[in-house]
Amino acid sequence: MRYVAPQVLIAALLSALLGVLCLALTLGTVELSVGDLWRTLIGQAQGPRADNFHTIVFDIRLPRILLALCIGAILALSGAVMQGLFRNPLADPSLIGVSSGASVGASLAIVFSAGLLQTNAWMGLSVVAFGAFAGGLLATLLVYRLATSEFGTSVTTMLLAGIAIGAIAGSLNGLLSYFSNDALLRQMSIWQMGNLSTANWSRLLPVAVALCVLLVALPRVGLALNALLLGESEARHLGINVQRVKRQLIVATALGIGMAVAVAGLIGFVGLVVPHLIRLLIGPDHRWLLPASALGGAMLLIIADTLARVVASPAELPIGILTALIGAPLFIGLLVRQRRELQLW
Amino acid sequence: MVIAVDNLSLRVSGFDLLRDLSFVANAGEVTVVVGPNGAGKSSLLKVLVGDLVQTSGEVRLNHRELASWAVGDKARILAALPQHSVLNFPFTAAEVVHLGRIPHRTGIQRDAQIVDRALARVDAKYLQKRFYTQMSGGERQRVQLARVLAQISEPSSLGERFLILDEPTSAFDLAHQQLTLALVRELAGSGIGVVMVLHDLNLAARCADKILVLDGGRIAAQGTPAEVLTRAVIDQVFGVDVEIGEHPITHQLMVIS
Repeated sequence: MRYVAPQVLIAALLSALLGVLCLALTLGTVELSVGDLWRTLIGQAQGPRADNFHTIVFDIRLPRILLALCIGAILALSGAVMQGLFRNPLADPSLIGVSSGASVGASLAIVFSAGLLQTNAWMGLSVVAFGAFAGGLLATLLVYRLATSEFGTSVTTMLLAGIAIGAIAGSLNGLLSYFSNDALLRQMSIWQMGNLSTANWSRLLPVAVALCVLLVALPRVGLALNALLLGESEARHLGINVQRVKRQLIVATALGIGMAVAVAGLIGFVGLVVPHLIRLLIGPDHRWLLPASALGGAMLLIIADTLARVVASPAELPIGILTALIGAPLFIGLLVRQRRELQLW
Repeated sequence: MVIAVDNLSLRVSGFDLLRDLSFVANAGEVTVVVGPNGAGKSSLLKVLVGDLVQTSGEVRLNHRELASWAVGDKARILAALPQHSVLNFPFTAAEVVHLGRIPHRTGIQRDAQIVDRALARVDAKYLQKRFYTQMSGGERQRVQLARVLAQISEPSSLGERFLILDEPTSAFDLAHQQLTLALVRELAGSGIGVVMVLHDLNLAARCADKILVLDGGRIAAQGTPAEVLTRAVIDQVFGVDVEIGEHPITHQLMVIS
């Protein structure tokens, strides 16, 4: 049984996202009232703390929340696309090694562009992002070659490939850290811890651009993804140019994951959890699943990031820990269910 | 308007899978491919739908070289039912059948009618809202059959329509085997050319206009069931000694082993 009409879900997610956004703006080490927030947003704040409020809302919270929004949407979108591409609901960028691949690419970029990073933040970020994109692309291609055949996708191979790539990534990252000097080491470790606390407007911009590219490009492949779920040759028989679509999807997800990893480090499970929940509610039709996942992912990451800011305030939890805490049990549940379904045969 | 195969050979990684096949599958007729395991039946179907490209020879669909068809155009007149399906997502039966309308732009209402009718024709109306992932093997196969029916349910300006079926009855119980064969005859009656692989020679005898016997990648015999299903051919190809009899009531040819 389906529970909700897709249009209803998307409308609900949109309004919930707006609500969460406003709520997240008020919460934090300094709590704002809704009234304060409103007056600050429209530039009518008065009183001794008006300047303070302005800084908190526009320089600290808004870029960070928007960054969480963009990255959550990108991760969930990429997850949904990947599950369609691999024809398996367990494919998640962080589980099959795409994020690890991206992280190696980013580390390599940090090491080899050390000079740039210190002199020019913008150039630095784009070099890291490009490294992450290239690493993610390589990892996706590798896993895809290994795990898919005309008889479907082997979940085992897919997850094992993820473990292998994760191991390679771990050792390469270790190696790079071992041979780096102190300054590089510091940069790499800050980056690897990966959280959203370094958000500012200039970091937000490339991520927002990447999200826009995905949002414009992906809805057009919704039908093709639906057909791909039947199998590659079946999709071809339905008139889909499979090679071209596959290439577009692999590049698009690598772009999304690379950008997310470059800016926010490794944030796992969003790409697994969100599309899964959405599919439970409205089914696997990608024409609705993709936009709904983007909204759901945006909302989830804003919530997780707000919790990360608030729970141990004034200290902060790394957001990756929170998403793993929600995601990992769900992943185990999925594994159990898939096992049970297989035994029915 | 036909599928015409001329001197077709297929060589894959050093193995000759198909050698010098020539035959014609007419629109409005049922062409059944039989043969022992490994005879090249599935390879032949893969070439006919364009999944594999022949090493030499020619395949023409409605008088045009198969490879020169645009993917989108071909999908409107040629549908293929694979033996196995890898669908692993909880689409409902109706949604799966809707996928068969992807090559067309006929609008939501018309598509819904076509999907409804296709489901009814394979006796799967009751599955409409059930999840594909929770169906039995036979139910899944029927839903997939409905999908390819929906794909070529309407005449096209691009020429005659063809349906390629790889062992469509393998997962079916007796009743649904009969239903499928009746359906195949009905489709042929409406002008669609059907090419299918069957293992059961009696089923082949009952619904084929033409039988193609493959053995070791070659055509061992082709013709009407009466011409092809003889003791000599079956002995030579399958290595089984059989009697050829007549159905006591329908008088159709029967292979008795």
